[in-house]
Amino acid sequence: MALARPLPTPDHESAEFWRRVGAHALAVQRCGACGTVRFYPRALCPECLNDQPDWVPVSGRGTLYSFTVCYRPASEAFADRTPYIVALVDLAEGVRLLANLVDCTPEQARVGMPVTLAYDDAAPGATLYVFRPEAGAA
Amino acid sequence: MKPAGFRDVALVGVAESDLGRVPGKTAIQLAAEASARALADAGLRKSGVDGLFTFGFGRMGAVQFGEYLRLRPRYSDSSFMGGSTPVAFIAHAAAAISAGLCQVALVCYGSTQASDAARKLGGTPEDPRLPSSQYERPFGLPTPLGAYALAATRHMAVYGTTSDQLAEIAVATRSWAALNPIAMMRGPLTIADVLASPVIASPLHRLDCCLVTDGGGALVITTRERARDLARVPIVVLGVAETHTHQIISQMPDLTVTGAAATGPRAFAMAGLGPGDIDVAEIYDSFTITVLLTLEDLGFCTKGEGGAFVAKQRTAPGGDFPLNTQGGGLSYCHPGVFGIFTVIEAVRQLRGEGGTRQVADASVALCHGTGGVLSSSGTAILGRL
Ligand SMILES: [Zn+2]
Repeated sequence: MALARPLPTPDHESAEFWRRVGAHALAVQRCGACGTVRFYPRALCPECLNDQPDWVPVSGRGTLYSFTVCYRPASEAFADRTPYIVALVDLAEGVRLLANLVDCTPEQARVGMPVTLAYDDAAPGATLYVFRPEAGAA
Repeated sequence: MKPAGFRDVALVGVAESDLGRVPGKTAIQLAAEASARALADAGLRKSGVDGLFTFGFGRMGAVQFGEYLRLRPRYSDSSFMGGSTPVAFIAHAAAAISAGLCQVALVCYGSTQASDAARKLGGTPEDPRLPSSQYERPFGLPTPLGAYALAATRHMAVYGTTSDQLAEIAVATRSWAALNPIAMMRGPLTIADVLASPVIASPLHRLDCCLVTDGGGALVITTRERARDLARVPIVVLGVAETHTHQIISQMPDLTVTGAAATGPRAFAMAGLGPGDIDVAEIYDSFTITVLLTLEDLGFCTKGEGGAFVAKQRTAPGGDFPLNTQGGGLSYCHPGVFGIFTVIEAVRQLRGEGGTRQVADASVALCHGTGGVLSSSGTAILGRL
């Protein structure tokens, strides 16, 4: 029997982030003082230490910064989807996220290609963000 | 602040424990075994050790190890920043010795990861609240391999680096291992072999990846004055530097530039030397891409030129850039924190103990450790004065 996929365990610094992902409305924090946009969420701005961030909804547009096609799963939980693509995506808002690139063959993936945000309701109460090639990009 | 270096501090003892697959021994035992051998190598007694630098034996590594060997150090350091830690410990120990806080420092490490089968692709289970657990583990990134693969993909896209060029590193390293009687993998290897091995996480093949072995290592460091009365040629600390830049790969600012771009220039400045002065280099080779990035960042070639630099077996025996002369983590051993083995080999080369793999007239060596997912860096430049 396949193992359950590891899912995020929100804590008090990330609960709002994951709540928004669950609502299919990914947002990132922007520092209330210096304006630096940050991922992952944390209580203090890692640049100026201000602790009053705003939440900025993202446009969902991004660029593939890098990727790797995993031919050996990280664990049994990923065996049934192997090979799968893990990607680093630069969002238009200026942050970089790691996530899966889906609806894209290994041959189609290329660094620099435009990608768009989507959501994977991986389990009840646990939604993950994913990226797919922008229409016409792959 | 004067970058005076630590020319009054010397490495006087180095040793490995038994290496490979050592199912009958514990990790702390391997560290102790290496320590005993390193002290014997130095001609020093355990009772003289008053500084202890180790990690990995529970939450208080040096405290646990101190109990095991009944050490009651004046200076204790259980820092851990991944595979670069033992190289950084040279800086920590040199600073402590120079400040008079201890006189004989023992740096040691042991692991039974091969026998424990601990090196699973998904990494070790960690606190679910850590950023790695929340923002990377759910997406199935094989750790640490996948992060290095992401760096390799990026380097290839930006600079045109090829899998053949990465394979050059694995092949040259194997040629050195063939000259080391205690290396695990000594059989012939070709670029075609590397490229024909399975792709685990593109673009990295199985033979782009280090071994998984058991083993331990130890270093004994003291004052140069004390070293005068000891058995071995003292190897002095000319320059050291350390840093870390991120813990998880999404937080690495540029996947083609590692912390070595900071530690290299600082270590060279402290030593008053440059890349052209290095006779032999021992650079952490967790993966072939690790070496390529580090060579560029340390200034042995310009950024993006690493592939051309390692081409035509330049780093193999007989080439003009002797690199990872004991066979590296790719072919000699890799118990998980390879940094200590870069230092052991550098010291042996500088002493002229390299046997059939000895680099002629080696008087200045560079060691570089990389930890985590290109997360931490430590550089040490050592010399025979
Ligand atoms: Zn700020």
